[in-house]
Amino acid sequence: MGHRLGDIELILTPQADGAIWRFALDTERLPSFARGIQDEGGQLLALWGSDDRHLGAGYAVHVAFLSSVGLVWTSSALPADNPSYPDLAAIFPQADRMQRATFDLLGIRAEDAVDSRKWLRHNAWPENTYPLRRDFAAEPTRQLDAYPFIRVEGDGVHEIPVGPIHAGTIEPGHFRFSIIGDRILKLEERFGYTHKGTEKRFEGLDLATGAKLAGRVSGDSHSAFAWAYCLAVETATASAVPERAVWLRALFLEIERVANHLGDLGYLGNDAALTFGFVQFWRLREDWLRMSAKLFGHRYLFDCIVPGGVAVDISEPGKAELNALADRIEAEVHELKAIYDEHAGLQDRFANAGIVKPALAARLGLTGLAGRASSQAWDARAQFPQAPYDQLDVNMGTHRRGDVLARAEVRFVEIFESLRLIREILGRLPAGVLYAPPTRMDAACEGMGWVEGWRGPVLVALRIGADGCLDRVHPHDPSWQNWPLLEVGTLGNIVPDFPLINKSFNLSYSGQDL
Amino acid sequence: MATHLILQKIFKTGIVSEPQPAADLALRTHEQQLHAEILKVFGQALVIRHIDAGSCNGCELEIHALGGPYYNIEGIGVKFAASPRHADLLLVTGPVSRHLETALKRTFDATPEPKWVVAMGDCGCGAAGAMFGPNYATIGPVREVIPVDVEVPGCPPTPTAILQGILAAVSGK
Ligand code: SF4
Repeated sequence: MGHRLGDIELILTPQADGAIWRFALDTERLPSFARGIQDEGGQLLALWGSDDRHLGAGYAVHVAFLSSVGLVWTSSALPADNPSYPDLAAIFPQADRMQRATFDLLGIRAEDAVDSRKWLRHNAWPENTYPLRRDFAAEPTRQLDAYPFIRVEGDGVHEIPVGPIHAGTIEPGHFRFSIIGDRILKLEERFGYTHKGTEKRFEGLDLATGAKLAGRVSGDSHSAFAWAYCLAVETATASAVPERAVWLRALFLEIERVANHLGDLGYLGNDAALTFGFVQFWRLREDWLRMSAKLFGHRYLFDCIVPGGVAVDISEPGKAELNALADRIEAEVHELKAIYDEHAGLQDRFANAGIVKPALAARLGLTGLAGRASSQAWDARAQFPQAPYDQLDVNMGTHRRGDVLARAEVRFVEIFESLRLIREILGRLPAGVLYAPPTRMDAACEGMGWVEGWRGPVLVALRIGADGCLDRVHPHDPSWQNWPLLEVGTLGNIVPDFPLINKSFNLSYSGQDL
Repeated sequence: MATHLILQKIFKTGIVSEPQPAADLALRTHEQQLHAEILKVFGQALVIRHIDAGSCNGCELEIHALGGPYYNIEGIGVKFAASPRHADLLLVTGPVSRHLETALKRTFDATPEPKWVVAMGDCGCGAAGAMFGPNYATIGPVREVIPVDVEVPGCPPTPTAILQGILAAVSGK
C-alpha cells in the first residue's frame, strides 16, 4: 500500500488492523526518513537491534516511529563485520539511551553520536562482548562500575549522589544531583541496576511462556506488555483472536490503568504531606485489587492474557459486582478530587513543580501520560484504535501546564474515562469462546504489538523461529524516553520537591533496565 | 473547605483495618535459634528495610499495598525505615542482578546484628516457575548472596503472605 509521509513515498506492509506499518529502509536513508517523520510532527518511539547472522544475514537496526499514519516500523540491514548506522539522537534526542543500550547489548554502533558512554552495562559482562549476540559466552567482570558522570563545577556547587538503593520502597537507580543551596542545577540518572538479561531470556522460549515473561518486564504494566506481546505473536502468525477475548483484554488493561492511577494519586498526596490522601486512595486501590483477585484469580491479573486469547472469563454476577465497585470508586474519587482541588497546601506543592513545557516535551519526545500532561496529545486508543477500542470512542485526557498538578489532573481524567470504558465493555461484551490457538507457521515470522499502557505506549517486537519458538523479542517501555525529561523537569526545583516530581512521572526502572 | 470535606470523609470511611494474620512458620528456611532475650530487646516493634535486588517491581506493588489502611502494619509495631542502619529485618525482592550484588551485600553488612532476612517472590526464593533465574545478568535467589531466614514465594506474594513471613521470621515459637 502506498502512503505519503512528508515528501517520502512509502510502500508499507500493514500489520495489526492497519495501525502498524512495516518498512525496509536502507541504512543511509535512516536520517532523512527520521527528519521526514519529524517534519510532519511525528516521534521516535523505540530503537533496538537484532543479530540475524543465524539467518544468513548480518545485524539489523529497527526503529518504531509514531506518525500520522500510525506506527512505522523500519528495519535496516547491517553488515556482519563492523555493524553501524547513522546517529539518530541528533534528530530525536530520545534515541540517545536506546542507541547506547543497543551498543552495550549487540555491539551495533551509532556513528558520530555525541554520547557514546555505556548505558546498561556495569560489570555483568566485559567491554567488547555483547550478550544479545548468539555467540556470547563471557563471564562477569569483578570491576566496579566506573561511569563518567558529567560534573558541574563552580563556587558553591555540591553533588548529592542518591542510590542505587533508595530510601523508600522504590526500584533501584542512581541519581546524581548538582546543587547550589537547595536548587537543582543538574540531575543525571544512571540506570541498568535491575538489568536481568530479559531479552536474552526470551530466546528459545515457547510462545506461552514468552507471554508470562513479557508480562513481567515491568510488573505494574503486566496487562499492557502481555497484550502487546500477544498482538505481536498473533500478527506474526496471522492468527485471529476470538472477539470476547479481545474485549476482555481491554477490560484487563483498563483495570490495570485504574489500579495504577489510584495508587499514584495516593502517593502524590502523601509526598505533599497529605497522608489522608494516601490512606483513602490506597483503600480504594485495595478494594480494586481484591476484586481482581476474586473475579480473575490474581490481584494484578498476571497471566490472564495468553497468546490466542485470554485465560479467564467473567460471569454475569461478576459483571454486576465489578460494575457496582466501579460506580462506588467513581463516586469516591469525585469526593477525593474535590478535596485535592480545594486543599491549598496540596495545590501549592503541585502547581509549578517539575514543569516540562509543551515545546520541550515535543522536542525531547515525552510520551504517554506525562506527555499528555504537557500537551503531547497522543493516545493509541484514541488515534489509532485497534479492536476493541475502534468501537469504544476513547476520550483522551490532556493538559497544558506540564507540572505535577497537570500529571495528577490527567490521572483523574483517565480514571473516570477508564471506569466508563469498563462499564461499556461489561455491557457490550460479545459472547463466544476465549481462546483459539495461534497458527503454527512453517518459516520464521515477525510481528509487533502496540498497546497504550497506563504509563504510555508499550511496544513488543518479535521474531518466531522456524521451530515455533521465540527467536528475538524486544519489549519497549515508555520510561525509556520519559526518564530524560525527569532530569530536565527537575532543573531549578528544590531538592525536597524531587520525590514529588519523580512520583508524578512514576517511571519504570525494570522496564528500561531490561 | 477542604478541612470540612476531609473530616466528613474520615468519619464516613470509619476504621477499615483488619486483624493481623498468624505467623506462617512453614515459610522458615531453617530452625531459628531465637532467644527470648532478643525478643525482649525488640519488644513488639520491628523495623524493616526493603531492598529491591532486581525485581520486576511486581513484588514492590505488594509491599506498598501492605502499607495501606487494611493492613495497619504500624498498628502492630512494624515500620519501614530509610536506612539499613535502623533496620532489624531486610525484606529483599527480585532475582539478585549482578549489577546490584555489591549493593545488596553492603546493605546487609550495614545492618546491625541481630538481623533477619526475608526473601520474597518466586524470583527472590528461586521457586520453581520463577520467571527470572540465573543467567549472565542475574545470580538468582537471594540466598545465593546473603543468608536468608524466611522465604515467601508467590508472584508476587500477597500482602498477607508477606506479613506472615515477616512474623514467622521474628516470632520465637
Ligand atoms: S516474583 Fe514475580 S512479581 Fe516478584 S520480581 Fe519475580 S516476576 Fe516480579
